[in-house]
Amino acid sequence: MARVIILGAGISGHTAARYLNKWVGRQHEIVVVSPNAKWNWIPSNIWVGVGHMNEEQVTFDLAEVYGKTSVDFRQAKAVSVNPKGSAELASPFVTVEYTRADKAGQQENINYDYLINATGPKLNFGATEGLGPEHGHTVSVCTASHAIEANHKLQETIDALRKDEQKTIVIGTGHGMCTCQGAAFEYIYNVDHILREAGVRDKARLVWISNEYEVGDFGMGGVHITRGGYVTNGKTFAESLMVERGIEWITRAHVKKVEAGKIHYETLDGSFHELEFDFSMLIPPFAGVGLKAYDKAGEDITSQVFAPNGFMKVDADYTARPYEEWSAQDWPRTYQNPTWRNMFAVGIAFAPPHPISKPMKSANGTMISPTPPRTGMPSAAMAKAVAMSVRDMLNGSDKPTHTASMGEMGAACVASTGADFFKGTAATMTVYPVVPDFEKYPEYGRDMELTFGEIGLAGHWMKYLLHHAFIYQAKLKPGWTFIPD
Amino acid sequence: MSNKPINREPYQQAYYPPAPTGFTRFMRTCLLWQAVRFMVINMKMLKLMAKSHH
Repeated sequence: MARVIILGAGISGHTAARYLNKWVGRQHEIVVVSPNAKWNWIPSNIWVGVGHMNEEQVTFDLAEVYGKTSVDFRQAKAVSVNPKGSAELASPFVTVEYTRADKAGQQENINYDYLINATGPKLNFGATEGLGPEHGHTVSVCTASHAIEANHKLQETIDALRKDEQKTIVIGTGHGMCTCQGAAFEYIYNVDHILREAGVRDKARLVWISNEYEVGDFGMGGVHITRGGYVTNGKTFAESLMVERGIEWITRAHVKKVEAGKIHYETLDGSFHELEFDFSMLIPPFAGVGLKAYDKAGEDITSQVFAPNGFMKVDADYTARPYEEWSAQDWPRTYQNPTWRNMFAVGIAFAPPHPISKPMKSANGTMISPTPPRTGMPSAAMAKAVAMSVRDMLNGSDKPTHTASMGEMGAACVASTGADFFKGTAATMTVYPVVPDFEKYPEYGRDMELTFGEIGLAGHWMKYLLHHAFIYQAKLKPGWTFIPD
Repeated sequence: MSNKPINREPYQQAYYPPAPTGFTRFMRTCLLWQAVRFMVINMKMLKLMAKSHH
């Protein structure tokens, strides 16, 4: 009997656990290590952040769901990995530290035959002074508890608006190297929607601030779609939506510091600015969770296993090249570590070879450009591919059998722009492939038939359907395997 | 007091992007049309998913 350890139980970790349990759970041991007791459908945190949903509607207890399976769930955080074992332990192992109240702080070495790193990101609020809900002056919707706090503060702002006070609401990215602009994009439209429902929209100034070169870049270098007889850049539609809702926008911005009520930011032209606010939700940059790696002698080999940003190296081409020479072929296909063939990394945990959006540097040398997104649909697709490869390797294959390159897969993003069954809308966007492939699609880098976008009520229904379908699937309810990932 | 409308300020951020017509806005929440779009979007997403798994 072999043991597979999955670090993390988010979208990618839980997807790998679901499938490995189904395929090999009876013959082999599947261990899931996650510091969180609950699974969270993160895309719906947006609705928690405006009071449309509560925490129970977007989370569930992991131990309860894994209790129905043969998965061994450990509520703990991974501290380090020893890919070749140690002087005392011959086999590779992971050192974990329990976070469950009754074992909090206790460490344990768990040996493995295969390791899937799906830890997700560290929310790096510390990269910007004054950013974040814990030690700063802004709120976040990155976790369910953050979203609850965001809603409390938003409701206080709405109460003040009802008393005829004027307020400035700033939403966007909190650093020049952020990804996940889509979450902030959704949030600003949901805030706009809820302000209109409360009848106070005219009292609020709504401002979008982002590290994107243009609105609608989303860390994917923007997207072209065919609409109204033209092939048009998504920037046109994103700006149109902002004008329609009376939202101002600031792009090419790196938030340097946040004080109570004041954001200090630098723009790509090298100038510095200040923006006063009453309520602000800014997405933090992401970093690796800080896993260490040691060799058999106890020497630190972290830099061999992980990239400097803390994400795990996989089968990508990490050769440094200028933007003009980037290729979709640089992106990993199997997510296998090149040195230790029994280690994989999926979702945000793998180190991308380079950004997708062209890197830009301000006149002062500050990097102001989005890092690549690898959440949601792509992270589930790569987790399933790795689960299939590990299953086949457990059954005798000497190498990974399945691939899920972001240069060969699409992504769908349904960005809610107001939640209501009859009056709500959402921007539905699909891109294929996520990483532009100019060798295959010379003009725009993408398949123009599978890359589209539109705004409407159908998008809202779609988002609502996806919310329920994916939570049903994640809870392993009857027939979950029929729901596509 | 004159009721003469004030000229719209040009050369501002909000001056340039396209604005949806009343018809476009109506179609965004027209139940019948959106039911059709819902099916179309579903089909497109299924096609996208089928092409994404290797």
